[in-house]
Parts: sequence; C-alpha cells; structure tokens
Amino acid sequence: MDLTWTAEQDAFRDEAATWLREELQRWRSSYPGGVLSGDTRDGFAQHLDWERRLSDAGWAAVSWPVAYGGRDASLWEWLIFEDEYYRAGAPPRVTQNGIFLLAPSLYEFGTTEQCDDILPKMATGEQLWCQGWSEPGAGSDLAGVRSSARRVDGGWLLNGQKTWTTRGAFCTHLFGLFRTDPQSERHHGLTYLLVPLDASGITVRGFGRLDGDEGFAEVFFDDAFLADDAVAGGVVLGDIGAGWSVAMATTGSERGLTLRSPGRFNAAADRLIDLQRETGRVDLADRVVDAWMSAEAYRLFTLQTVTRLSEGGLMGAESSINKIFWSELDIELHAVAQDALGERAQLDHEWSKAYLFALAGPIYAGTNEIQRNIAAERVLGLPRR
Amino acid sequence: MHFGFTDEQRLLEDVVADVLRSTCTTAAIRAAADAAPGALDRGIWSALCDIGLADALVSVDAGGLGLDERDLVLVLEQAGRFAVPLPLVESVLVAPGLIDGHTSGIGAGTLFATDLGGSLVAYGADADRLLLRQPMAEAVHLYAAADVTFVERPAVDRARRLVEIVGIDAGDPLTSDAAVIERAVARGVFGNAAMLVGLAQRMLDMTVEYVAERRQFGVPIGSFQAVKHHCADALKAISFARPVVQRAAWSLATNAPTQRRDVAMAKAVAGTAAVQVGRLALQCHGAIAYTVEYDLHLFLKRAEALEAAWGNSAVHRRTVAESIGVVTQTV
Repeated sequence: MDLTWTAEQDAFRDEAATWLREELQRWRSSYPGGVLSGDTRDGFAQHLDWERRLSDAGWAAVSWPVAYGGRDASLWEWLIFEDEYYRAGAPPRVTQNGIFLLAPSLYEFGTTEQCDDILPKMATGEQLWCQGWSEPGAGSDLAGVRSSARRVDGGWLLNGQKTWTTRGAFCTHLFGLFRTDPQSERHHGLTYLLVPLDASGITVRGFGRLDGDEGFAEVFFDDAFLADDAVAGGVVLGDIGAGWSVAMATTGSERGLTLRSPGRFNAAADRLIDLQRETGRVDLADRVVDAWMSAEAYRLFTLQTVTRLSEGGLMGAESSINKIFWSELDIELHAVAQDALGERAQLDHEWSKAYLFALAGPIYAGTNEIQRNIAAERVLGLPRR
Repeated sequence: MHFGFTDEQRLLEDVVADVLRSTCTTAAIRAAADAAPGALDRGIWSALCDIGLADALVSVDAGGLGLDERDLVLVLEQAGRFAVPLPLVESVLVAPGLIDGHTSGIGAGTLFATDLGGSLVAYGADADRLLLRQPMAEAVHLYAAADVTFVERPAVDRARRLVEIVGIDAGDPLTSDAAVIERAVARGVFGNAAMLVGLAQRMLDMTVEYVAERRQFGVPIGSFQAVKHHCADALKAISFARPVVQRAAWSLATNAPTQRRDVAMAKAVAGTAAVQVGRLALQCHGAIAYTVEYDLHLFLKRAEALEAAWGNSAVHRRTVAESIGVVTQTV
C-alpha cells in the first residue's frame, strides 16, 4: 500500500493544472458576454470551442493512444487529470458520451478500422456522439427496445424512436441498440449500430430538461437508410444480434469508473466548505463534513478500483453500488449548498444549476432502483423473482 | 500509488480468520458474556498469541513480528467479523507504543485494558495490566490488575465487559509524552474502526444468508425488492467505509501529516456504517433477530458499543470538521 504519487505523476499534475488555468482564462475571455450552458444551442458552440482547445493540446482523452489524440496515459494519470480539471473549475464535457461511453466499447469490440476512423474524430470534436438507448417504451427495462433495423441491400433500414438522448440535437452521430431480428424478444436479436444523424429519414427534436436547457432530444427513424459504409469499418459494433453484451460493457463504464471521476465531487466538496464559511452556517457543519467525507470515500474507493484494474482485475457488478453512491453524493453535496444559501437557493446560479443536474443522477445510467437490484442479485447473490 | 494489499498481508488475514473461525464461535462470545469477573476464558487469546499476533507491532529485534497498521487492518476487520470478546486492540495496538522500553516484567501474551478510549474500561476486570490516564489526564500509568479498584458496569453488550475505575494510587507515570499518548489513542480509534467494518460485514453476510432461505408468501424474502434494496444499501455502506479505514492504516503507518483527520474520519464513517448496517440487518431478519436466542444481537450490540467507544461518530466528525476548515461555532 503506497498512497503517494511519483515525481512523474506530480509533474503531470502540474502540467495539467497550469495548462487548464491558463487556457480556461483564454477561453472564457473570448466570450465577453459570458459562457452559456453547454446544453443550449449557443452554449454548445462555445463548449465545442473548449473541446477543440483540449484536443489541440492533447488533453481531450489523455488515456487514449497518441495516434488517436490521447497521451497514452495510465488510469492513474487520467484520475489526476480529472482531479485538476474539476479543481480548475472547467466545464462539464459536452463530448462525454462519445469519449467516456462509446469509446470504451469501441476499444473492446470495435475493429481496427472502426477505431482508426472514429476515435480521432471524436477526440477533435469533428464527430459528436450521443447515446440512443432509451425509448418511450424502454427505460429501466432496456431489453424492451423496439426500434428496428431491417437488412436491405447495402445497409439497414431503421424505424422507431429513441428518447432522452442527451445533447442529441447538437450531435452528429448516434450509437444505439436496434432490433435486427424481428422474431426476437428481450435482449436477444439486438444489434449495436453506429448511425450518422444526417441520414435521410432521421428527425431529431430537442426539448427542455428540468433545468430548461435543450439538453434532451428524441430521435425518430422513418425508413432511415443506414449505409454499411456510413462509418469506415462498418456500422455494426460487435456482432449482429450481440448488441446487448456490447451495450452492457458501455453501461459498466457509465455506472463505474469513467463517467464520474472523483475529482468532480472532491472539487464540489471543497467549494461547499468555502460556501459554509462564507455563509457562516454553523448549523450545517455536520452535513458539510458528511458530504465532504463521502466525496473522500468515493476518491479512496476509486483508487482501490484503479489498483485492482491495473493488476488485471475487472470492474464487475460492483459498478452498480458505485453508481448509487456517486449519484446520491452529488445530490447531497448540492442540497447542503442550497440549504446554506437559504432563500438565494431560488436564484438561477451555479449551485442551483448543479443541484438540478444532480437530481438526474439517480435516474440516468440505469435508475438507482435497478442498480440496487443488480447489486443485490449479482454481488450478494440474492434470489431473482 | 497502490491501494491494495500484498499476498503476505492477505495470508495473515486468512490465518487469523481460520484461528477465529475455530475458536471465536458465537458460543464462545456467549460464554464471555456469562463468565464471572476475572474469569474470562483465554483460549482465543492463546490461539492468537500462538501465531504471534500479540507482538505484531513489536519490532523484530525485540522479538515481535515488526508489522505496521497496513499489515493489521485486514486482521482487525476479521477480529470484528468474529466479535472477539477480548481487549485485542488495547493489547495489540495500544499497549506496544506505550510500554516501549518499559517491557521488563511484562511477559509475552499480556492482556491490557485501558481508559484511553473512555472511562468505561472494557475487560478491566479481566486484563493482566491496565494502562490508565487516571488520575492525571496528561500521563498514562501502568498498573497491575491487583492494584486497581473498579466497579463492574453492566453493559448492553455483555460480552464486552465494562468496569469503571474507582481507586488507584498515583504512582509514577509510564509516559507523559503527549505525542506517544496521542499515537496510542489514534491506534485504538483506528483499531475499533477496522473492527466496525468487520462487524458490519458479518451482519450483512448473516442477513444475505437468512433472506435467501426464509420464505414468506411462498418465496424467499430475499427475492423482494424492498429487502434487496436494504441489502444493497448495507453493501454500499460497507464498500465505501472500508477504503476509508484502510487509508487510515496507511496514514498511521507512514506518519502522514493528515493522520489525525484520517483516523477520525475512519471511525466516524465506519461507526455510522456499522450502526446503519445493524439496523438494516435487524429489519431484514424481522422478529427472529429481536431475540437473544438468535446470534445477530451479538454483533449488533458490539457494533453499537464500538461506535460509542473511543469517541463516537459525532466526536470524530467534529475533529474532521476542524481539520478541513468547516466552521463549527460562531465567532
């Protein structure tokens, strides 16, 4: 057990911190009217500009190979970068669903041709990927997917509807689950497809989330033609009919490590302490301490996970416990802040925005109720119904 | 950065678990609750001494195993899992730092009790020696059991046998070095935090086993989501307390500048988790666990006792607050 960083890792941290501080200042100062939310149409363009700055300097996806725009960094360096990213107050990543959700599946199931084509464009922001999983009739019960892909000459004919597609209205591509075997049921006969959103027959309609931003979209497929060569290396990720297992690998990333690094919560916890001091809310001291300790516990838990992964271990079903923990932590951190703010919690500002965003945590990436079932059944071995 | 354990550390954990599985049965815990004062059975302690655990923190030169807190945290978790009815933390973690250099006349396998964790002294009537802060708070004195007068204090957890000290001679202090005393207290707090994780794990294990077997409405109650979600919450509490306690082991072993905060955090988080898991375990069992015939109460009461001893969660939360700059009183 050694909980110290090497000199190289410290140097990496310094390099990241310095670059982030300076570049954030440059980025913000190029928008004198202020930076808008990345989940609005105008704000998205500003945030894309930020993503390009990250990419140009090789920070867009540090753990990726250099050839794909990364730095070939280990998971440890990735954690360090994330730490500094949120400590610096850098914005949420509008590219996250591609970089953190699709990319891990591409590395695991994609062909070299698919990886060579997609990953560099993802890193530069040339391709912006959104997730097409949920449907009006398939939420927690994802295996109820009904959107279909029918094999036709030279490609697939897509029909159906996806919804709750985060930033779908601003993205260029969608990765999603489609039923390719019309006779199949549940998690059989599904295929993981890579879909450019500019194909004819695809309609994307953005709509407002709880916070009012156009962060959601529904995507309609009406005999939309998806050509086999719409993506170099093919539009099927993994095997035809094996989409469920590919998708499950992505949910592991989403619930587990890559989507919510501890840096984000540690930074919020430190800001909460500042807020408590500024507002002098002695009565909230215990809750502030508990929230801070939970963020710290999440960091330590993650360090153990990365240690295990570095030694060849797997993430496994405990990613469900992980997802419950960070989503509840995120709410508590921001709920305490809102309490400290008193009546000013009503105003639209950073804390209230982050609080509203946190409220989505127990719902997306598989509701916490489903996660508790998974943890009880697959980690503890309790009987299924 | 490596937040894991070596094969040797895992092996030591296994060895201790094997010893406790055969010696520290729930019958042994019940026997400890019923034994007359001073008549606590030493069988478990002898078995642990046989594998060298009593001198685990003593240097190799002085005849010990030369281990540190990192090597012991998994062992202590096992001690909690089996609810060892002994002043184990007091004897293995707290005493060695205090009697360093004063070992003459103290034999191997000495059982120590102490008031460093509070005025209710666990196993005070059963230990060979007592390490007491009384009568002078700034020093620690070493007494033979025969030189101390105490009264028994009937405890909720009857296997954690409590006394209060009522009469001692001042004598010469063993040490009045504040740093030495603080370190001994920190090790005691840490040891109890680690045992709390083990207690919580045991209660969850018992619950999982029970709800998979117990049938109502024609099915195992563990197939109901309401029960599953309680179990998942217990798993969550344990999963996120464990690394906090293990980090405290590292902080103590490496004398990290954050050790005071880290140890306090370990006790606050582990104590809160163990009490929460205890309540969930009781609820998932139902009435059967609200009896003294069923074994859960042995672990439930120990968890409540260790949460309260060596500073409860509220006390340690306050220490963390001071360390991280949270304001606790108006200025």
